Amino acid sequence: MLVKLELGLLSRVEDVQGKKFAAKIRNELDIAVREVRTINCYTISGITGKQQQEILTRQILFDPVLHKPSYSPLATDFDWIIEVGFRPGVTDNEGRTATQTLRTVFGSKNDKIQVYTSRQFLINGDMDRRQAEHIARDLLANELIERFDIKNIREWNNQPGFELVEPRVTGKASDYVETITLENLSDEELMVLSREKVLALSLEEMHTIRDYYQNHRVKKLRKELGLPLQPTDVELECLAQTWSEHCKHKIFNARIDYHNKETGNRRTIESLFNTCIAGSTADIRRQKGKDDFCRSVFKDNAGVIKFDEDLDVCIKVETHNSPSALDPYGGALTGIVGVNRDPMGTGLGANLLCNTDVFCFASPFYDKPLPPRLLHPRRVMEGVREGVEHGGNKSGIPTVNGAVVFEERYLGKPLVFCGTIGTMPAMIHGRPGYEKQAMPGDFIVMTGGRIGKDGIHGATFSSEELHEGSPATAVQIGDPITQRKMYDFIMRARDLGLYSAITDNGAGGLSSSVGEMAEDSGGCDLDLSLAPLKYDGLSPWEILLSEAQERMTLAVPGEKIDQFLDLAGEMDVEASILGKFARDGMFRVRYGERVVACLDMEFLHNGLSRMKLEAVWERPQFEKEKKTDLIQPGNGAEFLGKMLSRLNICSREYIIRQYDHEVQGGSVIKPLVGVLGDGPADAAVVRPDLEKNRGLVISNGICPKFSDYDAYWMMANAIDEAIRNNVAVGGNISHMAGVDNFCWCDPVVSPRNPDGRYKLAQLVRANEALAHFCRAFGVPCVSGKDSMKNDYVFGDTRISIPPTVLYSIISVIEDVNCCVTSDFKLPEEDIYILGLTCRELGGSEYFSELGITAGEVPQVNPVPARQRYKSLSQSIKKGLVTSCHDLSDGGLGVALAEMAIGGRIGAVIDLNKMPVAEKDMSWAEILYSESASRFLVTLKPGCADEFESIFKGGHLARIGRTTAKAELVVQAGRDLLFNSSVDELAVAWKKTLDW
Amino acid sequence: MAKVNALVVTGYGTNCERETAHATRLAGADNVDICFFSDLVAGKKKLNDYNFLIFPGGFLDGDDLGAAQAAALRWRYSITRDGTMLIDQLVEFYKSGKIILGICNGFQLLVKLGLLPGAEGKPFERQVSLTYNDSARFEDRWVHLRTNPDSPCVFTTGLDYIYLPVRHGEGKLVTISDELLTLLEQKQLITLQYIDPRTKEPTQEYPMNPNGSPLGIAALCDSSGRVMGLMPHPEAFNHPTNHPAWTRGARSTSGIELISGGIRFLRESGLE
Repeated sequence: MLVKLELGLLSRVEDVQGKKFAAKIRNELDIAVREVRTINCYTISGITGKQQQEILTRQILFDPVLHKPSYSPLATDFDWIIEVGFRPGVTDNEGRTATQTLRTVFGSKNDKIQVYTSRQFLINGDMDRRQAEHIARDLLANELIERFDIKNIREWNNQPGFELVEPRVTGKASDYVETITLENLSDEELMVLSREKVLALSLEEMHTIRDYYQNHRVKKLRKELGLPLQPTDVELECLAQTWSEHCKHKIFNARIDYHNKETGNRRTIESLFNTCIAGSTADIRRQKGKDDFCRSVFKDNAGVIKFDEDLDVCIKVETHNSPSALDPYGGALTGIVGVNRDPMGTGLGANLLCNTDVFCFASPFYDKPLPPRLLHPRRVMEGVREGVEHGGNKSGIPTVNGAVVFEERYLGKPLVFCGTIGTMPAMIHGRPGYEKQAMPGDFIVMTGGRIGKDGIHGATFSSEELHEGSPATAVQIGDPITQRKMYDFIMRARDLGLYSAITDNGAGGLSSSVGEMAEDSGGCDLDLSLAPLKYDGLSPWEILLSEAQERMTLAVPGEKIDQFLDLAGEMDVEASILGKFARDGMFRVRYGERVVACLDMEFLHNGLSRMKLEAVWERPQFEKEKKTDLIQPGNGAEFLGKMLSRLNICSREYIIRQYDHEVQGGSVIKPLVGVLGDGPADAAVVRPDLEKNRGLVISNGICPKFSDYDAYWMMANAIDEAIRNNVAVGGNISHMAGVDNFCWCDPVVSPRNPDGRYKLAQLVRANEALAHFCRAFGVPCVSGKDSMKNDYVFGDTRISIPPTVLYSIISVIEDVNCCVTSDFKLPEEDIYILGLTCRELGGSEYFSELGITAGEVPQVNPVPARQRYKSLSQSIKKGLVTSCHDLSDGGLGVALAEMAIGGRIGAVIDLNKMPVAEKDMSWAEILYSESASRFLVTLKPGCADEFESIFKGGHLARIGRTTAKAELVVQAGRDLLFNSSVDELAVAWKKTLDW
Repeated sequence: MAKVNALVVTGYGTNCERETAHATRLAGADNVDICFFSDLVAGKKKLNDYNFLIFPGGFLDGDDLGAAQAAALRWRYSITRDGTMLIDQLVEFYKSGKIILGICNGFQLLVKLGLLPGAEGKPFERQVSLTYNDSARFEDRWVHLRTNPDSPCVFTTGLDYIYLPVRHGEGKLVTISDELLTLLEQKQLITLQYIDPRTKEPTQEYPMNPNGSPLGIAALCDSSGRVMGLMPHPEAFNHPTNHPAWTRGARSTSGIELISGGIRFLRESGLE
């Protein structure tokens, strides 16, 4: 029986969700609706009439204090009604909870019961059908994953209610395996095959595969196993996945012919990853010698460093850009919940400590026509924000730090960086926690969610014909609770020593996870028919490749398997044996008794030939110097206000408050600081072990605004920004590790991408900078990731993101009680500037405000910078510093204003005292230059001599003092340049994103 | 003097169990165990072996069906491995005079189970609910709270003011009738209220009252005072550096004190 239970709100309960949607319709779509009310609906199949009544009498799916339940349509008194529900196969978390709840109440034998949720929006307002559809399509529903129905009041009165929809996936169980003949195909035919099957394999790669099957030994083995001599679809899909850019990082491992036209030099680079990234880390570790704190770098799902004798910490940052472009909410939610599984699958598994999230969007106030298929940036921003909110908050992991960058070109592809930091015991049952090894004979066990067609072939729309019962596979929605239950179980199983290795199922699903673990043991024998499915209708290759979320793969020794499965069952976590790890060097896959794939492990993992690419660097031409002097008496205050209101500078409180940033109880420096809790923090500090005062400092650096000038300095500034943010709160450069995350526009030249060589040269330069500055600062990269095709192409329109690197840092400090924040503390404290200010305004917020594209971008001078960072750490540890803030977007002017806002007290500053590189710099240039490696600090009274002696020989100056009067006074010698009230500065800073 | 044996129940999306256990140890409990709901069903743990039961914060079942709604039904309908109803253990625990604390999502659970407010002698009947904040948002912010000196609540004894974080999207109290709201006030079951720090009076003004709860209600107790539920997180203020303005030298009564109140009561009550 299929019924629909509707929940209306009782009259004494305010419909705040309805009010929220009404405001969104007014603000985001500019449609003047009077009121919106909501009705939640549960479509229930498989229940009896008696059970239907029991739901009401036993008050099962509703709250009698809040709801009026009804099996007949409730809606009245509206102009338009819109119902939104999921398409078949889309994760419906609330539906799952409702299903499980009914099964708990009615007894587990009622396993036919299934609940699907939908929601009705009752809208009052004068509008036509076109506007109602606009609301449905562009705000309430995303047609990739959701369906909607619309009626006006007349249609509703004629026929109340909507047709009952059961979004059940229909399909037949299938063990069909296709053989794909490569032999005797022309090159052209091979490429057609690669394209049509969405394999994304190059001609050379197709040749490599074809040749493998011509090998005599391979042929003989295939005959013995009863396999066709040509590849099965399972094998071809598995190879395509394993050899994908996503998994093999082909561009970062390519041989690059690099021609620097500026210097005339030509050279060949064998793998940017090996030379610049892994190479610099290896050097730094060697130099650190016995002080090397790295435990496991690059080889596992996350990089691991030492925290103290008892604990290690690990970090991973991922991107989820394309899925977030298609469905911002689901994409971002899956992104954060997905990256959580990286630490969870590192070593023997880490406890999840905190998240850090960085987003890049176009302006939410974008008001030009949208290119086809793109969502409005405000919708993207809101969806991503909410997805990360639900992913982090519901998982009980605090979001402690982050950033949002706005730039027009992110219209084509938003960037969603999700990072997670975990902790693991240094030793687990006598073994280092960061090590793992699947042993031959261990069971292959999959835990967590079930397998569906989710994410097969990534976000590429498959050519499969869509029918009513087709699952919507393009985008996925994460399920934090299924994952949390699995995590609870895994942490317990880890501490009981019930498994020998673990990894997550992300890109490539079982193909990747089992394939990777089988490298340790030397082979595997996997039976796909044992895998639990969400619904019938998956072919064997789809089961192998599915990217369905919330799954981990483990290697469980025979003597532990019963205990492992019992504990899983008890904790309501699905765990299935899918085969065994082996040592015969083969990646063997069966469906029941029948072998459907058998590949040499060596070929699968190392058979791929190295890509060869060309890079050509020509320095883009910008006007070198652009002197500006906007500060005339009278407008300096107004201009500072404008700067503070800029999208890239303004307060992010709206976003931050909606993220739980202190769950787990170890919060030391929160993202908002100061007397009213609304000033900006430079970095986060947490106590991973609540019994100790030892802390972990987390920071980020990201400067895509310099990429158009030179990606080398973009990278250098990102690293410097991350380090100086970290040091500003008390971070320690001697025990600090980084994570690089590259998001690029397609750097492979082709007729459709004519400037690919230049984009690759930008990548080379960014990597060179990474190697130079990580070495110079002594900060090793321990993990990283790249996403190389962030372009939007539609017809003749191409939007490529600016090359972007997020550099994330963790550092370990001995005592959190020494940390400082950016807010001014007390009046009459000395204000010092640390570092030299140069005429570096290229790409700056100041020039952007003025619409100028010219000048020099900031350059990083690492030797004095490193010394400054060490001196500052020393001063903070000694307790000399009362507040400290780094200078970044908007330079000195913005940093001063932010410190004043945090403390709600004022300051008097003399710009004549600023150490500057060129004597003829204008006041505006001094105030808004974005030169790197600079800080503002205030000192505890009476500490100036000691402080200055620590920084002896470096650039520093006392430029002013804090004042009781909440006013920022900027002078040049005795001349007043301008003064601003701190309250007005706060208003300017907070108004832009005050949603 | 009774020994204090605390049990922190987690699983199915609860996520504040570790810091809650830590704070309870700091508050002086002799023994604190964390157990999963599944341990109770499997019979590995029994409520009766403890005298302090804590439901910590989190997102039981992801707030699907409304905060803690599905979990309340799970408590009500789960059958333990030895064939008894789990809810019987909770009823027995409640009747035995021991103490129960529900924090945030745990408070929501107590309310959906009907254990709070249990007015008019009706425990286990839903009389109030905690639902969406007026802002329709989840928010993390610190709030000023005053206690009720006339309340029977055993946790807030000796405290007059406390500053704690709230982190919730569903914290607004709704009563089944206006009469019940009046009754809660008359019976002194309102134990914490959001206040304006300048006037020290309860406030409806956002964000000092973060969710629009009537009378600034942030916490309730039952008429015995032994069951308390609160939206703010006392366990999140377990160290001086948790205070949002500690770098400015700000110090105030930590959340540990609130948990200590319950522990002192147990010690004196002699209930083991």
